[in-house]
Amino acid sequence: MKTFKGGIHLEYHKELTAGKPIRDAKEPKIALIHLSQGGAICQPLVKAGDLVKVGQKLGDSDKLISAPVHSSVSGKVTAIENAPHPNGTASKAVYIESDRKSEKVEPIMNISVREAGIVGMGGGSFPAHIKLNPTMGHIIDTVILNGAECEPYITCDHALMIEEPLSIIEGLIGILNTVGAKQGIIAVEDNKLDAYKKIKDVIIQTNIKAVLVETKYPEGGEKELVYALLKREVPSGGFPMDIGCIVSNVGTAHAINRSQKTGMPLTERVITVTGAVKNPSNLRVKVGTKIIDLIDDCGGFSGNPKKVILGGPMMGITQHTLETPIAKCTTCVLVLDEKDVKLFEEQSCIRCCRCVDTCPVQLMPNFLADYSQNDMFAKAIDGGAMDCIECGICSYVCPTRRELVHWIKLAKAKKAKK
Amino acid sequence: MSRFSITHAPHIKTKEDSARIMTYTILALLPAAIVGIYLFGKNSIILIASSIIATVLTEYLMLFMRGKKAVPADVLSAVITGLLLAMVITPATPWWMVVIGSIFAISIVKHAFGGLGFNIFNPALAARAFMLASWPMIMTTWPRPFDAVTGATHLALVKSKMLEMSIMNMPGHINTYWQLFIGSRGGSLGETSVIVLLIGAAFLLIKGIIDWRIPASFILTVAVLSALFGSDPIFHVMAGGLILGAFFMATDPVTKPMGRAGRWIFGLGCGAITVIIRLLGGYPEGVCYAILIMNGFTPLIDRYVIDRVYGHGVKNRKNDKRHH
Repeated sequence: MKTFKGGIHLEYHKELTAGKPIRDAKEPKIALIHLSQGGAICQPLVKAGDLVKVGQKLGDSDKLISAPVHSSVSGKVTAIENAPHPNGTASKAVYIESDRKSEKVEPIMNISVREAGIVGMGGGSFPAHIKLNPTMGHIIDTVILNGAECEPYITCDHALMIEEPLSIIEGLIGILNTVGAKQGIIAVEDNKLDAYKKIKDVIIQTNIKAVLVETKYPEGGEKELVYALLKREVPSGGFPMDIGCIVSNVGTAHAINRSQKTGMPLTERVITVTGAVKNPSNLRVKVGTKIIDLIDDCGGFSGNPKKVILGGPMMGITQHTLETPIAKCTTCVLVLDEKDVKLFEEQSCIRCCRCVDTCPVQLMPNFLADYSQNDMFAKAIDGGAMDCIECGICSYVCPTRRELVHWIKLAKAKKAKK
Repeated sequence: MSRFSITHAPHIKTKEDSARIMTYTILALLPAAIVGIYLFGKNSIILIASSIIATVLTEYLMLFMRGKKAVPADVLSAVITGLLLAMVITPATPWWMVVIGSIFAISIVKHAFGGLGFNIFNPALAARAFMLASWPMIMTTWPRPFDAVTGATHLALVKSKMLEMSIMNMPGHINTYWQLFIGSRGGSLGETSVIVLLIGAAFLLIKGIIDWRIPASFILTVAVLSALFGSDPIFHVMAGGLILGAFFMATDPVTKPMGRAGRWIFGLGCGAITVIIRLLGGYPEGVCYAILIMNGFTPLIDRYVIDRVYGHGVKNRKNDKRHH
C-alpha cells in the first residue's frame, strides 16, 4: 500500500455520514457571500439595494492571485459589511436576501476557470486557474487528484466520488489537457473502496490510474500524497509544480467540469454536516448559507454541543457564532458534544519523541515549540518551522498535552509579519 | 461570551498521556522485579518498597518546595525511578542505603535540574553510581540465588579470567548461557533474567513506548565489539545489566536524544563504552557508566545531529529541464 513517512491512525467516525446520498440543502433566506474566499480580497461590484441573480459576479480583484465571487441566490443586496469569516476573523461580505426564485444569469460558453471563481475545494482555497497556469519553465508531467479525504468525520469527497465519478474524471482530463501532462492519477484512501470501484468503472477507457493509498492521516496532504504516489519530494518553500506535479482536490475537478458543462460559475458545493446533530448529512449547499441554517436542515443539535468547527477535527477552525457562512472551500460543519471536548493543561515535555516520529515532514516539533514559547522565533524558523504543514499530529500525539502546532504556527505568523 | 468553546486545532487528542505511558513502563518492569524477589528473597521486597516510598515522598517534598502542583506523571515517574533503582543494585543492599540513593536520585539528579523532563542524567543510574562510590564493598557483594552464600558475578569471573576459560573451552558453556537466559545467577536484583526482561521490553515496543533504535544499536555494538576483542558476544549480550540497561534505561525518554540519527549514535556510544569498560577498564560491568556518559552527550547530539526535513536538499526540476 502506498503511503508517506510518519503520520498516525485516527478514529474516523465517518460512519455517521459515509454512504448517505447527497441531498440539496434548503435555500437560505439570507446568503452571506464573503469577498475573501481565496487569493486577494475582492472589491464589491454591487451595492446595497441592487437586485442580483444566481451566478452574478459580486466582487473581483485585479491582483494576480485572486478569483471573483458570485451570488448563489437571486434577490436583493441588503448590505456589504463585516461578517464572521470561516477562518475565525471578521471580513467584508455581501448580504443578499433571497427572493426564492433562483433566477440565473445567462450561461457563458467556455467560461474560464478564473471567471467561474473556482478555488481549491479541499480547504486550501487557492485560486485554481493559477495552479493550472504554471509559470514559465515548469513542465508538468503528472496531475494528481486528491480523493484521500484523510480528516476524520468528513465524507463530502467520498459522496462526490460515488455520485459524480464521471464528472470528476472529465474534470481531470480537462486539467491534463490544459497543462499538457501525460499522467493522471486519482488517489483514494483504502477506507473508501466503494468510491474507488466507482472511479475504476469510469476510467476503463482512459489511461488515468486510480491508486489506493493507506488510510493514514495526513495522506491527503499535498506533500504527503506526492511522496506516496511518486516518491518525489516538494522542495522546501516550493510547490508541487517545481517537481512536475499538480495536486488538485476531486471537488475542484468536479467544479471545473461542471462550470464548463453549464457555463455557470461556482455557487454551490457539497459539504458534510456531522457530529452532534440529529441527522448527520452530506448536503449540496449554496455558498453563503449560514451554519445555523445547515444545523436546522440536519434536525438541530443533539446532546450538548460545545464546539462548532468548520473543517475537520485535526485542522478545522472553531466558530464562536452560528452566523458564519459556508465558503467555497468549506468541507465540513462538525459539532462536537461536551463529552468529546476536553481541555488540558500543558505540562513540560518528557522528550518521548512521539511528535518527532509521527511528523509527516520530519520536523522536531518539540524544539520548534520550545523556541517559539521563549520568543526565539528566528531559531524556530531555522529549525524548519516554515516547512510545517500544520496537520496537528504533534499536538494530537503529545502525552504532555503541549499545543505544539499552535506554537509553530505562531513562529510562522511572526515571520510573515516581518 | 459565546456558548461554544474556541480553541486552536487539533480538536481531538490521543488518550495516551504521560501517566499512561509511565504506567505501562511500570507494568513492563514488574515481571523482572518479581523474578528478583523469587530469586533473592525477602530483602528484595524490602528494597523495592523502601526505594519506591522514598522516591515518591522525595518527589512530593521537592514539588512542594518548588511551589509546584503534583500531577500523576510526576508521581508515576518517581515510582519508575524507585523501582529501577532497586532493580540495578545488589539484593544484599541494606534498606537505608537505597533510601539515601532514592533521595539523591530525586532531589539532586532530577529536581536540581528542573524536575520531570529536564534532568540530564537518568536518576536511577546516577543514584546507583553515587551508591557504588559511597559504599563500594557492600554494593559489589552479590548473593547467589536461593542462597545466603555470596559469590562473584559472571562478569566479575570473566574479569579474573576464570569464566572466560570455562565459556570458551568447555562443552558445559551451554549451561552458562541457560543460566544467564533464565536468570539463575548472581547480579543486581532485576537484571538477571534475560527472558523475563525481553517479555517486558516486547510489551513496551508493541505499545510504541520505547523506540527500537537505541536497544538495537546498543546491543549490536556490544556484540560486534566484544567479538572483535576476541570475547564471546552471546555471553556479553546476556551478562550483566545489558538487557535491562538497553531496553529500560538507555530508552529513558528524558535523557536520550530526540532525533532518529541521534538515537542510533546514542546506542552506539552506549555499546562501545560498555565493552571498553568491561574488557579494558577497571570494573567488571560498564552498562551503568556507559549510559550515564552518553546521557551527558545527549544535549550535544540533539544540537548537532539533525534529521533531514522533508523537501530539504531537493532539487527544483525546473532547473533540471534546462540541462536536458
